[in-house]
Amino acid sequence: MSDQTDTTPVVALENARKLFGAVRALDGVTLAIAPGECLGLVGHNGAGKSTLVNLVNGGLNLTEGTIRLGAGTASPETSIAAARAAGVRCVFQELSLCPNLTVTENVRIPHRGLTGRGWRRRARAIVAEKLAEIFPGHAIDPGAAVGALSIAERQMVEIAIAFSVFDEPPRLVILDEPTSSLDAGLAEQLLAHVRRFCAAGGAVIFISHMLGEILDIASRIVVMKDGRITEERARGGFDRQGLVDAMGHVAAEGAEDPRAAARSLEGAEVVISTPGGLTARRGEIVGLAGLGGHGQAEALEQICLARSSSWKGTRSPKVAFVAGDRARDGLFPIWSILRNATLSRLPALTRRGLVDRAAEEEMAAEWRRRIGIRTDDMDNPILSLSGGNQQKVLFARALGTSAPVVLMDDPMRGVDVGTKRDVYDMIRAEAAGGRTFIWYSTETEEVCQCDRVYVFRLGRIAAELTGAEITEENILAASFEMEAAE
Amino acid sequence: MSRPDASAAHPPHRHGDKPVTSLLSILRKPWLWAFIAAGAAFVATAAVTQAGGWGLGMTALTFAAFSVLVGIGQMFVITLGPGNVDLSIPATMTLAGTLALKAMAGDPAMIPVGLAIALASGLAVGVVNYGLIRLLSIPPIIATLSASFLIQSAAIWSNRGLRVKPPQALADFATGRALGVPNVAVVALLVAVLAWVVLERALAGRRVLAIGQNMRAARLAGVPVDAVRFATYVSCAVLAGLAGFLLASFSGGAALNMGAEYLLMSIAVVVIGGSSIAGGNSNVPGIWGASLFMFLIVSMLNSYGAGAGVRMILTGVIIIAIVAAAGGRKVSR
Repeated sequence: MSDQTDTTPVVALENARKLFGAVRALDGVTLAIAPGECLGLVGHNGAGKSTLVNLVNGGLNLTEGTIRLGAGTASPETSIAAARAAGVRCVFQELSLCPNLTVTENVRIPHRGLTGRGWRRRARAIVAEKLAEIFPGHAIDPGAAVGALSIAERQMVEIAIAFSVFDEPPRLVILDEPTSSLDAGLAEQLLAHVRRFCAAGGAVIFISHMLGEILDIASRIVVMKDGRITEERARGGFDRQGLVDAMGHVAAEGAEDPRAAARSLEGAEVVISTPGGLTARRGEIVGLAGLGGHGQAEALEQICLARSSSWKGTRSPKVAFVAGDRARDGLFPIWSILRNATLSRLPALTRRGLVDRAAEEEMAAEWRRRIGIRTDDMDNPILSLSGGNQQKVLFARALGTSAPVVLMDDPMRGVDVGTKRDVYDMIRAEAAGGRTFIWYSTETEEVCQCDRVYVFRLGRIAAELTGAEITEENILAASFEMEAAE
Repeated sequence: MSRPDASAAHPPHRHGDKPVTSLLSILRKPWLWAFIAAGAAFVATAAVTQAGGWGLGMTALTFAAFSVLVGIGQMFVITLGPGNVDLSIPATMTLAGTLALKAMAGDPAMIPVGLAIALASGLAVGVVNYGLIRLLSIPPIIATLSASFLIQSAAIWSNRGLRVKPPQALADFATGRALGVPNVAVVALLVAVLAWVVLERALAGRRVLAIGQNMRAARLAGVPVDAVRFATYVSCAVLAGLAGFLLASFSGGAALNMGAEYLLMSIAVVVIGGSSIAGGNSNVPGIWGASLFMFLIVSMLNSYGAGAGVRMILTGVIIIAIVAAAGGRKVSR
């Protein structure tokens, strides 16, 4: 760790601007991060958080302004190598490990110095030690291929690699939505580690849409909006409501219990019934809860594949799917936003085999407005959007169909609070109109939006909770129930 | 570490949907290079050839037509994504040509039957190919290669060394011209227009492009993945059957090695034409540009008196140069 008496900022940005064509991704940001500080960074999707991160880690050059790394000189130029040499490490919201390599081999990618005989052994020792330190009791084999790990385990590996000490010790670790795929227990372990790291003089930039975490961990909170820093307060300067207000979204945080009156749908027609015991009625919002990786995603996938055909396309699909793992299950990376949004609806927009392009554009324009996709042109590439906006496109793709059942595979990862509320409202309205939602989520707040919840454990349904029974305590209890019984 | 989807890493850029930028957008088209190269080879050849520019152009159109027919089929297959390729095209051409000519036995009245047999043999090959790929889970490259041995054997067995001449009317059609343009080129042009409509305007083409980018996401988004892939492999084989039928009629009879050069040709014209070998991103005009180029480059080297060895080496080098130059243009996707 760095010298505790050293108060030189690890990174200092002076009036930083970044333009992409006409889009002002970052519009004059001045920010310094001191050793020992945990900076909480919040803002809506597209507020400029990711751009800021990419400037700090050297992935992007500034359009205007300067950046200074450690005791170096202020300069408009930066590079990934310079940032790494200054001890800047980054954990991305979109996991960036190579799935075909083992955990050990992935360690080698950022750490160029790991060469010569026995580098695997050294890499293995380092990552295993760090994993055990941050996530005691984890079950990750450093020799396993990353592709075989669950999304939570991959995130854990990436975090451990970022905090590992090699030739250069980490001085600033940027955590971009690190807990979005971790369950509550793992998130708590990570937060504890961040506290230890900062206490030892390390600096952290912590980006999260989970405001509770930010309020809990950050020694200073910075709110971003439209590429600027709009508010900045030390720890204790914000409460939850204050933070939501500062982010400036019209949809204010609701009352303590965001749940609408629990609806009884006993009499409604059953539209989904699986061999695994999962049922769903017309107009019902069914939640799938439990610890991550216990079969919820697989259950959704089975429902989707069983109710759609790989041989026959249809104008009126029985189910629509909203992917959570966007790169794997959702995005068509070469395509425009428009084509990504319309694909599932396309059969209904086709006449005599040909796509009605006017109708397609109309649908895209309507959903851009309804769900607020931040772009100046729906013909822009899908990858030009921020993660949260890409997610909105996937929502538009599914909700734009006539499917009576919508399956959602933890789709709110990396989506900001304001958008979440908009989507919750949309889901409620659609459900009131008779649509059924089956919703896997790792966030208790979302599960509490549901009419009925199945808690999964070891690939099976462990409990079914209805109405007032849906509480964090009950879900956690059911998640661990069988373990206690064994 | 690079982040796959950071907005920052991919600056938004606009496509050429404004008049001001339409010229720029043409310059960005991946198929442009194939046409530039074909044009250059044409000029270089026409300068020294006795036949003159018109004669050279018509010959080029004739021979390019066969490459276009198989190239379009191969393009759709390659668009399906990494690992998808049809190596059975030469054998299918041979089988279709052989069976069709044998059935017609030189009788002009049997021409429709002959055509139907050629297309049906393509259809059968497509069904077998996808059956192997899907039911036995064999990678397409192996499935179509092994299928091509079966197909080739069937052609040998049915041919038994006979060289049946095509009906005179059919031979006249295949070698003839309408309004000065070779008939086979007209056929290939019509097929190309149809393929363009399918790829750019039809639901089917959109689905092929989706599968090529992310098959799993396509399936979850409701695309009938198996039906689309099946139809693509069948279309490719049917086009190979049509090409075999026309080529056998054009050259006065089916020969067992008649399709041989179209194996690499079909793949080369897809790549040189600017379609992505990784799938999901293809274009039809490039197939024509690349097919013309592939014929003209050989003519050019011939007319400059290059020997067979030099010709092949230079052809290879030039193809690599074209692909490298075109590849540099595709960064923006």
